[in-house]
Amino acid sequence: MKALAGGYARAKDVAHALDLLAAADGMGRVLAGGQSLIAAMNMRLSTGDMLVDISRIEALRGVTVEGGTLRIGALTRHVDIGTDPLVAEHAPLLVQAVHHIAHAAIRNRGTIGGSLAHADPAAEFPACVLALGGTIHLQGPDGMRAVAAEDFFVDVFETAIAEGEILTAITLPLIEPGERHVLIETARRSGDYALAGLCLVKRAAGHRLSAFSVGPRPILAVAAMERLDAGDAAGAVQALRNEIDPPSDTQASAAYRRHLAGVLLTRALQDLTGETA
Amino acid sequence: MTISFGNPDRPNSYIGKTVPRPNAPRLVQGRGKYVDDIVLPRMAHVVFVRSPHAHARIGAIETAEAQGVKGVLRIFTGAEIAEVCTPWVAVLAHLKGLKSPPQHALAVDRTCWVGEPVAAVVATSRAAAEEAAALVDVDYTPLPAVTDMMTALDAATPVLHPDMGDNLAFRRLHEEGDVDAAFASAHKVVEARFKTARHTGVTLEPRSILVDWNPAEGQMTAWHATQAPHMMQTVFAKHLDLPEGRVRVICDDVGGSYGIKVHVYPDEVATAAIARIMARPVKFVADRLESFTTDIHARDHEIGGRIAVDADGKILAMDIDDWTAIGAYSVYPRTSAIEGNQVVNLCGGPYDFAHYRAQTSVVFQNKTPTCQYRAVGHPIAVAVTEGLVDMAAAAIGMDPVEIRRRNMYADDAYPVTSPAKMRFEGLSHHASMDKLMALMDYEGLRAEQAALREKGIHRGIGIASFIELTNPSPFMYGIGGARISAQDGCTVRMDPDGSIVALSGVTEQGQGTEAMLAQIVAEGVGVPPARVRVITGDTQVTPYGGGTWASRGAGIGGEAALQSALALKASILEVAGAMLQAPSEALDIRDGQVVDTATGEARMPLEELGRIVYFRGDTLPKGLPRELVQTRHFITSDYPFAFTNGVQASYLEVDTDTGEVKLLKHWCVEDCGRIINPQLVDEQIRGGIVQGLGGALYEEIHYDADGQLLNGSMADYLVPMAAEMPDMIVGHVETPTMESALGAKGAGEAGTAGAPAAVMNAINDALRPMGAQVTAMPFTPERILRAMGQIED
Ligand SMILES: Cc1cc2nc3c(=O)[nH]c(=O)nc-3n(C[C@H](O)[C@H](O)[C@H](O)COP(=O)(O)OP(=O)(O)OC[C@H]3O[C@@H](n4cnc5c(N)ncnc54)[C@H](O)[C@@H]3O)c2cc1C
Repeated sequence: MKALAGGYARAKDVAHALDLLAAADGMGRVLAGGQSLIAAMNMRLSTGDMLVDISRIEALRGVTVEGGTLRIGALTRHVDIGTDPLVAEHAPLLVQAVHHIAHAAIRNRGTIGGSLAHADPAAEFPACVLALGGTIHLQGPDGMRAVAAEDFFVDVFETAIAEGEILTAITLPLIEPGERHVLIETARRSGDYALAGLCLVKRAAGHRLSAFSVGPRPILAVAAMERLDAGDAAGAVQALRNEIDPPSDTQASAAYRRHLAGVLLTRALQDLTGETA
Repeated sequence: MTISFGNPDRPNSYIGKTVPRPNAPRLVQGRGKYVDDIVLPRMAHVVFVRSPHAHARIGAIETAEAQGVKGVLRIFTGAEIAEVCTPWVAVLAHLKGLKSPPQHALAVDRTCWVGEPVAAVVATSRAAAEEAAALVDVDYTPLPAVTDMMTALDAATPVLHPDMGDNLAFRRLHEEGDVDAAFASAHKVVEARFKTARHTGVTLEPRSILVDWNPAEGQMTAWHATQAPHMMQTVFAKHLDLPEGRVRVICDDVGGSYGIKVHVYPDEVATAAIARIMARPVKFVADRLESFTTDIHARDHEIGGRIAVDADGKILAMDIDDWTAIGAYSVYPRTSAIEGNQVVNLCGGPYDFAHYRAQTSVVFQNKTPTCQYRAVGHPIAVAVTEGLVDMAAAAIGMDPVEIRRRNMYADDAYPVTSPAKMRFEGLSHHASMDKLMALMDYEGLRAEQAALREKGIHRGIGIASFIELTNPSPFMYGIGGARISAQDGCTVRMDPDGSIVALSGVTEQGQGTEAMLAQIVAEGVGVPPARVRVITGDTQVTPYGGGTWASRGAGIGGEAALQSALALKASILEVAGAMLQAPSEALDIRDGQVVDTATGEARMPLEELGRIVYFRGDTLPKGLPRELVQTRHFITSDYPFAFTNGVQASYLEVDTDTGEVKLLKHWCVEDCGRIINPQLVDEQIRGGIVQGLGGALYEEIHYDADGQLLNGSMADYLVPMAAEMPDMIVGHVETPTMESALGAKGAGEAGTAGAPAAVMNAINDALRPMGAQVTAMPFTPERILRAMGQIED
């Protein structure tokens, strides 16, 4: 099929992008790496969009440590996340994630902001940011605001981003001594979206566990986290299986995904203790 | 003239060597010419309005709004196309009882599957046509859909085509020996149910056609991504009421076909009809969603199988009950009964046993029509046969290789006729098995498997012997009344500069046909392959032929090329003899030079001979034949088909917690007769194996109970990808067919035929200690865990 765009404009900077979105009369659509949006347009799942191309806004790209947090610009590409030394130091979970996301051509263009804004329930980055307790930074006509990852993901392809807003950056806590990260997933083929996946973060304060591809959005598995903190691995597996509500589709049933999530948690825990992460 | 194939040092010894493909640089440099690359003056684009219902009555079709879209030229309904294009009925006389209703290029009154073309929008661009197509408003009244194969014949199921009486398209029962008695007295009987999933071919280049009608010439020209240009010439002529000689089908580069592009598609015929009506070029290129909903599907079978063995593992009898659902129409002109028919013909193929019963039941349903796709019926028959043989071996505690050795036809048993009444000229099951055992170090692998089992690692080894039908005679389609040519021709000529042009009726789909032809012609004439230009795929230019299907290009087209090249050589040498005052028997052509046969001494380059013949013919004796062009056609006549054989093995690991399968290694030893180009053969085998592995582990078209296609994209229909593919070791045994001087049989489908069975047997080998078994493809992680009882609900 041929895409049917309503128009296209390249934004010089964030203010320009916000103006373009405001002028688009509700049809504005941010174009970042285009790896999800263009595919949707080519299937005519989305037509008539006024594309606001933010991909050349340099200020939205790159990784820094600022004010005691790791700040990742929205336009930072998957491939750059995978090789950035600051990310490797403070958020190795994201580096692990990159290896599971699609194929090189897609990682060369796709952006972390696009991944979070797109909010595919099977995507890795949203679950990572949730497990790490990150914050999502948005800028709109009324200024900037920050949304905790816990409050950001609403439903399938639905986030807290309001009409006319742009996701500008993600901030994550800096890594603590002894902190460990494990991302584990099972996909039908390498690069496919996962049948189910988990992000497990172990900090002095306790465990954080998020699950993806097991519901309409990435979920924080609080009951399982509580069992993990209590040192009850078997209880955590059971709790996780109980607190997710996975979908059935042509790849796998809900029952399989529920089973798989438990297996993955057992393996993630082995990874944690085996110091292989 | 004969060729001493046994002597690798013979002059011009290109046959049997890996010679680079002449068309490869063109394709990898993006200089290929696919249908979509062709742009003609006044060319329009057609987009089809497709049924969103599996079964519905078509009421009014409202086009006014669509007509208003900028760029729209014209909109056609089924009734309008039917005025210039007759419907077709896909039956064959030798498939007794096969029935199918008339099928129109665009649905008239009723639509029978999701994706069936209902109206056509012609515009100056594809984008405009798509936009308008979305605005065509068709008034559908949904009708009950038939979607379940096994209940299609039940009294409670509606009859899809009332005129046909019932939903049974075709049934064939074949019975040989006393099957019931053999089962009754057997030492052991094993039975199982198998499923192979609905697949499609997923060609890189989608179906594409560009048709022009030139009223001034009264000629239709179709640039078509097809395997069978001459067959399509007949189809267009017949259904658009044109003289066959006024239809030209040109088939330039084709981006893969796998059988998908050998069928008649309603939208492609409609494109031709529209070009005829509008008298201008019209292009249709399917997009990926259209490919999934309208390219033929295949392999949707459910099979019950039983095998009886004696205490020594001798197979006594097999009993096969095959069911397949083909969609709402049998596909024109090859029909959709062939696949089930092949299952009947091929089950038990490698084995020497006496009592055989097989039935296939082919039913209608409201899904995309199914038809022939690479290895037609073979993957099904091989999975059932080899699955049963492995189960029987396990039941009597025998090694799976041993039970095969005890049952395969002896290598000196030929010619022989199988219980399915297939005639085998010469096969090499035992030699192939011996070679496989050595290549894979079977004993070593078994030891490794046992050692790892102790550590909780579950690996499996699966073996699958197979036969493959190649080089078909008219017994495949021609005797049934279809104008599908089993013969093929080649014209070879020498031009003044000594270069050689070969025109062949077989076609290039990306598989290397032209390379194969070039090296045969090079050897036959005596020139380097680089001096041979091969032209295929133009009905107005090449000799009449069948094109690409049933692994016939090398065996049939190759022999025609060899014979025409040898004939040209004789013509050249006759002229050379006159020029050199030497008996032509004493001369030979080597590396583009006329030489003394005995000494190899160069006597004259071909370009000198060309100069004289074409420009100074006055210097040659009057009456000397000087036609430096020769045509030969070839058809097999001793056997209906040239069967090949082989054996595959898979080594894999099953993750018993997640159900994932990791393919570790794959082997195939096959016997395609004379190997013309080892690299091309090996890559055909590897590519075929990959398609087979896709069927075993990944590929499955899903429909819901209402007949809605659920996975119409590459994200949801999983094809095998490089990262998951194992190393493949390919070995050969060569038993040339005696029907031709070349001795080549086909190699294009062997990989696909055997791979799914090998994987199934390997998985079951890994699972056997846990008492689990899988027989429904693809073997997804979930199906494996369910077989193990790991998932309750
Ligand atoms: C074949 C294939 C396989 C894939 N596999 C995976 C996978 O395994 N795992 C995975 O996580 N992803 C996968 N992806 C998706 C990929 O990671 C995308 O790049 C990502 O989801 C979107 O990022 P993008 O920059 O390309 O966004 P775009 O496609 O440009 O945009 C996506 C959506 O987000 C919005 N958007 C983008 N940026 C912003 C912003 N800064 N502010 C507000 N809104 C914004 C857009 O308007 C649009 O709605 C795959 C993609 C493909 C094509």
